[in-house]
Amino acid sequence: MKLDDFFANTIHSWMDGTGPHADIVISSRVRLARNIAGVPLPHMLTNQSANKVIESIERAVDDVNKRGNMGKLHLFSYENASGLERQILVDKHLASPALGQSCSTCGIVLNEEGSLSIMINEEDHLRIQCLQSGLQLAEAFQLCSSLDDGLEAIIDYAFQEKYGYLTACPTNVGTGLRGSVMVHLPALVMSGHAGRMLNTVGQLGLAVRGFYGEGSEAAGNIFQISNQITLGHDEEQMINKLSSVTSQVIEQEEAARKALLKNSRVSMEDKIFRAYGILSHARVMNASEAMQLLSDIRFGSETGILPKIETRTLNELLVITRPAYLQWTTGRSLEPAERDCVRAEIIREKLGSDNS
Amino acid sequence: MLCDECKKYYATVHIARTVNNQKVERHLCSICAEKFGGMYFTFEPTFTINSLLAGLLNQEVGYGPGAKVVSTRERCENCGFSYDDFRQTGRLGCSECYAVFAAQLEPILRRIHGSSNHTGKVPLRTGGKAKIRREIDRLRADLQKYIGREEFEKAAEIRDAIKEIELEENDQPEDES
Repeated sequence: MKLDDFFANTIHSWMDGTGPHADIVISSRVRLARNIAGVPLPHMLTNQSANKVIESIERAVDDVNKRGNMGKLHLFSYENASGLERQILVDKHLASPALGQSCSTCGIVLNEEGSLSIMINEEDHLRIQCLQSGLQLAEAFQLCSSLDDGLEAIIDYAFQEKYGYLTACPTNVGTGLRGSVMVHLPALVMSGHAGRMLNTVGQLGLAVRGFYGEGSEAAGNIFQISNQITLGHDEEQMINKLSSVTSQVIEQEEAARKALLKNSRVSMEDKIFRAYGILSHARVMNASEAMQLLSDIRFGSETGILPKIETRTLNELLVITRPAYLQWTTGRSLEPAERDCVRAEIIREKLGSDNS
Repeated sequence: MLCDECKKYYATVHIARTVNNQKVERHLCSICAEKFGGMYFTFEPTFTINSLLAGLLNQEVGYGPGAKVVSTRERCENCGFSYDDFRQTGRLGCSECYAVFAAQLEPILRRIHGSSNHTGKVPLRTGGKAKIRREIDRLRADLQKYIGREEFEKAAEIRDAIKEIELEENDQPEDES
């Protein structure tokens, strides 16, 4: 299997819109940071020793593949991946932008569904990640943890009884666990309550960011909520806390949706139908306009104002309208103006075929 | 008014300088102002978690309760990283660094996480005694629960299970940490 096959597949399991609360929670993600005992951390590695790290992880992955309980895992060298290919993996949430920064000799392991990935030599030797559709943090953790156990059969992890799993940055030490959910909160944003609610979430030791992680704006009313503390609580407590806060956010969003539809139905309908009109007919569309309008029609489809648009189609559009993916689809580099035309065309096609 | 320098964009920066009583005025666009006028209008924030943490560490030395003030040039024998390096990058050099710089790390971990004791997962194969002790802790908590509910039969079962595991623990070699 080649990396290209991954790009040809536009829908991964986290995008299929099947999990619980998939109308509000787009995806759940869990990652575990792990390191190999005694080996210098990625930012300290020479090319030669970085290759050794990749080789030992490859052996562990082969062993997991032999046992066959985690599906088929494929290892790709990241060094040969172009900037475009790296960006697509980031847009699909399979890799982080930091992969390749601490250490240029790095790699990525992916399963065929795109639900599991292992970043090799990012900030830590291993970052085991699982992505699931909807609110499924416990399931994502279970999968991560099984893969973690499988790898540990071969790899000696850096672990201390007192501090737990040892990581490059002390902010990840302990469980090495970062759980996060991607939530779509249009009604809370429109009614002006998103800021206050997310502020409160922040006070509970959880962090809130935009759709594309650290430093990104909350484009398209999509927010990412994640735990910050990794030491002193066990994995189950961390996952439960994040799940229960997310459930409350869901309740708030549902209440805000009801209130909006009750109090300002006409203006909501107008907003949503305008968005649908523009998306189905526009010839030029920039990325941020697309994100905003796609949020509007997602809201319309979920509240029954618009005929049902498949959640997976909407999720797919979030990824395939990103600049890197558009260039990969057309097979050449595109000027920003050209990109906006291709984006408009792809959206028209997707929405047309979905509802014909 | 167009920029004096590139003559392409509107001049948005107006610089008046007095040199030897001669007033010199220049009208530049923001790009040329950066290039020629030494004035910066585009701001790139540079703080990352690592640099913020490094700032936190710089305050820490010599103040934390019980923090042993050791030479910041002390190095980890395994990877050669010093505490100074850690203060600059916000990252450790290897897993051994946690033992070498434990005294300095302890208050930092408590400040970040509110705790400095791991209570979560333990590696299956290499967890050694830690794995057994974790299991005993879990059973002891259960034991208290059953005693509280006056379910003494179940409590006795658990007490026996703890004894059995404790015997097993004594047969295990002590791990380094």
